[in-house]
Amino acid sequence: MSDYWSDVINGTRSLVIGMNITVRELFKPVITEQYPHFVPVMTPRFRGHIELIGNEETGLPNCVVCGMCQRACPSSCITVAGEKPEGSKKKVLTKYILDFTKCSLCGSCVESCNFNAIKFSHDYNLASTRKEDYIFDLVKRLEEQS
Amino acid sequence: MTVPIQCTPDETFVLNLGPQHPATHGVLRVKLTMDGEYVVKAEPVLGYIHRMHEKMAESGTFAQFMPNTPRMDYLSALSYNQGYVMAVERAAGIEVPERAEYIRTITVELNRISSHLLWFGAFVLDLGGFTPLLYAFDDREKILDLLERITGSRLTYCYYRFGGVYNDIDDEFIAGTREFIKRLRSRLPSMYHDLVTGNIILIKRLRDIGFVTQETCRKYGATGPVLRGSGVQYDVRKNEPYSVYPELDFDIPCYPEGDSMARYMVRMDEITQSLRIIEQALDKLPEGPVNAKVPKVLKPGAGDCYCAVEAARGTFGCRLVCDGGKNPYRLKLRSPTFSNLSLFGEVAEGMILADALAFMGSLDLVIPCIDR
Repeated sequence: MSDYWSDVINGTRSLVIGMNITVRELFKPVITEQYPHFVPVMTPRFRGHIELIGNEETGLPNCVVCGMCQRACPSSCITVAGEKPEGSKKKVLTKYILDFTKCSLCGSCVESCNFNAIKFSHDYNLASTRKEDYIFDLVKRLEEQS
Repeated sequence: MTVPIQCTPDETFVLNLGPQHPATHGVLRVKLTMDGEYVVKAEPVLGYIHRMHEKMAESGTFAQFMPNTPRMDYLSALSYNQGYVMAVERAAGIEVPERAEYIRTITVELNRISSHLLWFGAFVLDLGGFTPLLYAFDDREKILDLLERITGSRLTYCYYRFGGVYNDIDDEFIAGTREFIKRLRSRLPSMYHDLVTGNIILIKRLRDIGFVTQETCRKYGATGPVLRGSGVQYDVRKNEPYSVYPELDFDIPCYPEGDSMARYMVRMDEITQSLRIIEQALDKLPEGPVNAKVPKVLKPGAGDCYCAVEAARGTFGCRLVCDGGKNPYRLKLRSPTFSNLSLFGEVAEGMILADALAFMGSLDLVIPCIDR
């Protein structure tokens, strides 16, 4: 019988403490981000999908088609192609395809790059139902950006 | 109290728990043979999220396996990252700069707190309390924001590199971490202990339920809070010190009761101890480089090495066999959750179903970590 009454007293106390805390929290400001109305700002180091960096003067990609990113990628989602124009010593980037369906955003490609040619974008609204939306042509993307 | 029951097999029925069930927190299936409300036999069925991590390690270079490590246990990703990185560093004989070791300690302990906070919320949710989950997520969000600032991702961090860390921490991170320590310390007594630990419903659901003896732990190789909740004071951070833990002052919480409440208390005390560790590490943080000079293509000499770290759920071990090539010859990953789940079948026998689920929650299972 004494157990019963101690349970009743302890239960009532737990209830009062619980209600006290929850009521106090009820009048505190809302902490959730009201997403579609307020868009979060990504931090500078946010790892989105990669994009090409253009040369500041010419606007052409910094990429020299060395293929390091392609080799570093654990999921082989990068395809790079380039060609040597006549009379030029350097290769010129013609194709940079990122298959984002396979990408796990590890950033190995950005780390492996020695020519400051790729960086992380801050895009995160990437939901889609079509596979084609995730095959990014980064050369085209750079042209559109400049 | 759990009461052993006796019944003939024809009176029982099979209840399929999972693989999609809110209380299993992932794709874990448990085949329960029930006699009314009582569990006669519990048999976990694994393999629904097996991804061949060990085989993937063999087919790529050492660096290419790195993004896989956080995917094993997405809640304490950095511990797994650290375990793998340390194993490769040991194999290749790489010295890590002191500042990098301190940064690793700070971030890994923050990750441990965030993991325990999520467990706390989900566990209380399993028991039927919804509100504490939101309070725990409020605090956890602060950690995710802090770690996102420096690592670039919010959950599957891949922050450590062979011989250091990805990039240095800044003053804003240090200030934010100190502010977080103050905030969590002020909230722990009221929002966590008064509201939940002292609550009579929680006590009635957890005390004297789900006894795990030291013998059971030894039999199944259980580690982490499950082992410490059974009264064995074993923690890799103290027993086989690594990184800068020997220089920091902290205690290993240990409760001898062995019931679900003991495991709950161990984790709650670990949050306090992790806060202590982070505070000391921030005070002692030395200046210097955060990366050692490491060749771009690693080729450790032929050999065999093992490295264990204390993850949020127990001992995570990495056994790495190298043959002198660019790829690991064999990588064996010892995950704590697999061992902790293994004892579920034995202990759950004779429990009421609702208690068995509460007991499962107190083991803190992360399913991708079981299957790997």
